[in-house]
Amino acid sequence: MTAALQDRPPAGTTPPVRSRRVSRTVVSGGERVSRGWMVAATAVVALASLYFLAPVLWLVIASTKSASDLFSTPGFALADWHLWENVRDLSTYDGGIFWRWALNSVVYSVIGSVLTTLLCAATGYALAVYRFRGRALLIGIVLGSLLVPGTVLAQPTYVLLVNLGLNNTYWGLLLPGLSYPFGVLLAWIFAQNAIPTELLEAARLDGSGEFRTFAGIGLRLMSSGLVTILLFAFLGSWNNYLLPLLVLTDAELMPLTVGLTGWNQASITIPSLQILTVVGSLVSVVPIAIVFLALQRFWRAGLSAGSVRG
Amino acid sequence: MAVQTPPSAVRRRVLGGGRWIPYAFVTPFVLVFLTFMLAPIVIALVNGLYSSQSSGLGFGGAETVFVGLRNYTRALADADFLVSFGRVALYGLVQVPVMMVIAAVMALLFDSALVRARRFFQFAVFLPYAVPGVIAALLWGFFYQPSVSPLVQGLRAIGIDADLLAPGTVLWSVANVSIWSNAGINMIILFSALQSLPRDTFEAARLDGAGELRIALNLKLPMIAPAVLLTTLSTVIGTLQLFNEPQVLQSITPNISSDWTPNMAIYAVSTLGRDPHLGSAMAVILGLVTLVVSLVLVRFTNSSSRGGAR
Repeated sequence: MTAALQDRPPAGTTPPVRSRRVSRTVVSGGERVSRGWMVAATAVVALASLYFLAPVLWLVIASTKSASDLFSTPGFALADWHLWENVRDLSTYDGGIFWRWALNSVVYSVIGSVLTTLLCAATGYALAVYRFRGRALLIGIVLGSLLVPGTVLAQPTYVLLVNLGLNNTYWGLLLPGLSYPFGVLLAWIFAQNAIPTELLEAARLDGSGEFRTFAGIGLRLMSSGLVTILLFAFLGSWNNYLLPLLVLTDAELMPLTVGLTGWNQASITIPSLQILTVVGSLVSVVPIAIVFLALQRFWRAGLSAGSVRG
Repeated sequence: MAVQTPPSAVRRRVLGGGRWIPYAFVTPFVLVFLTFMLAPIVIALVNGLYSSQSSGLGFGGAETVFVGLRNYTRALADADFLVSFGRVALYGLVQVPVMMVIAAVMALLFDSALVRARRFFQFAVFLPYAVPGVIAALLWGFFYQPSVSPLVQGLRAIGIDADLLAPGTVLWSVANVSIWSNAGINMIILFSALQSLPRDTFEAARLDGAGELRIALNLKLPMIAPAVLLTTLSTVIGTLQLFNEPQVLQSITPNISSDWTPNMAIYAVSTLGRDPHLGSAMAVILGLVTLVVSLVLVRFTNSSSRGGAR
């Protein structure tokens, strides 16, 4: 069983091997790569990194300032340490509505992405493992719907939800996100690459039912790819803005994106909201940045297996 | 975009179990797909053919009447709606190439072994992708407002009076936000593609005396053409769907109107304008334009990648 797996390493194992090869090229081809080019290239990348990091750095610094220092001190200079007061104000403003938004975002994103990933995994697995009538049609639909732009669907989806009476509910935001054809495509590719037919036949001979085989073997073998789908689905709903803006009217149901932009708009008349928007942005970015960067080994492997092979 | 079925899939077949089993796997996805992808499309198409008209003196509420293509002629006669298409086209003509050049140059540099501290710099370039687009817009909004902006203040200190929200510049300020947000993911996709290329080819070229620059431009870039075109395609589609960034920045500048982009116009008509029927017709128009642009690009992709690499 393990031998069959080793014959076919999942795509996830390639990047480390590559980086070893790259570093070997540096050693062996070291003389050819001139020091001048190396300095120039690193300088270009460093300059670009400055552009990409500066706003995040500003966000961190600005979050530590008091509302008045935000306007009166230079952007990248630290002023009096006011971070904890800001977080406290953030937590108490309007009865702690910020944390309600954060909780909503977590609910929408975690539940939504887990369910989405399961649907995609089951569908991709079936496409890879079984031949059945309508399979070609399903593949055609999945590929075709990649060309349907998601945000164009927001308006008619809103109309649909109003008709179903699901507007302004948790379900109204959760359910539309479950339709994720790109995830099905990825799962299909992962299942093709990672699940050897022999293994399934062996499981079947052992008397394992189809669903148990899927849950016990299929999901496990597809796991590195499924992390990719999970992350993209998570990020997709965490970043979702247009649909919640249309569907939700109740502040208690809103995710962070809608809540914070609402504060930003209101800060024109209520200036104290400006610093809360800054701190709230930082609080909403930090956890997702950590999760995303911590899991990058998985989704990078998934990307090289999924999109590039197309 | 075109995914080929690997030969291993051909020998796969229905293995044991009942004939209904594959359908059990795909049914959940098919159901959400029908409800939240197909149904909204149908709703948009049907809804766009109707209009709600208040009868007489407004008693008895509004009644929905079939108006044929009148919503479409109204949308296409709306100069502001047409201008919004021109605006995103102009935006895309600049933003897409700039973004792709940044992503490609970064990916090639990271792949070249010329760059020191590669992991850190990759982290820096990618970090913005973990910042939700709406939050990124909020963040850059602070960089554009003269009262808090370290950027405007810094430029003023060296004698440049920049108004990043002026009518002529605000388009590029919006473009900057989406370049900042998305260059990282495109870089990662291109980088993954580069890393999966066979290294021996470049070794041979090096032995033949080809410089790194020539290898990058003449060998590596053509070999990752599919990934380049895939990322370009998704960037172009994203451009046509532009909504989050300008919608957020709208609150800090009068130079972004409520129908600044097609998607913003759809949103404005459906909510503020209280005419979801017209909104549906406009969504159909935007969807069709996006579809046509995508198909043209895919056609272009297929013909050029057949003539080019491999």
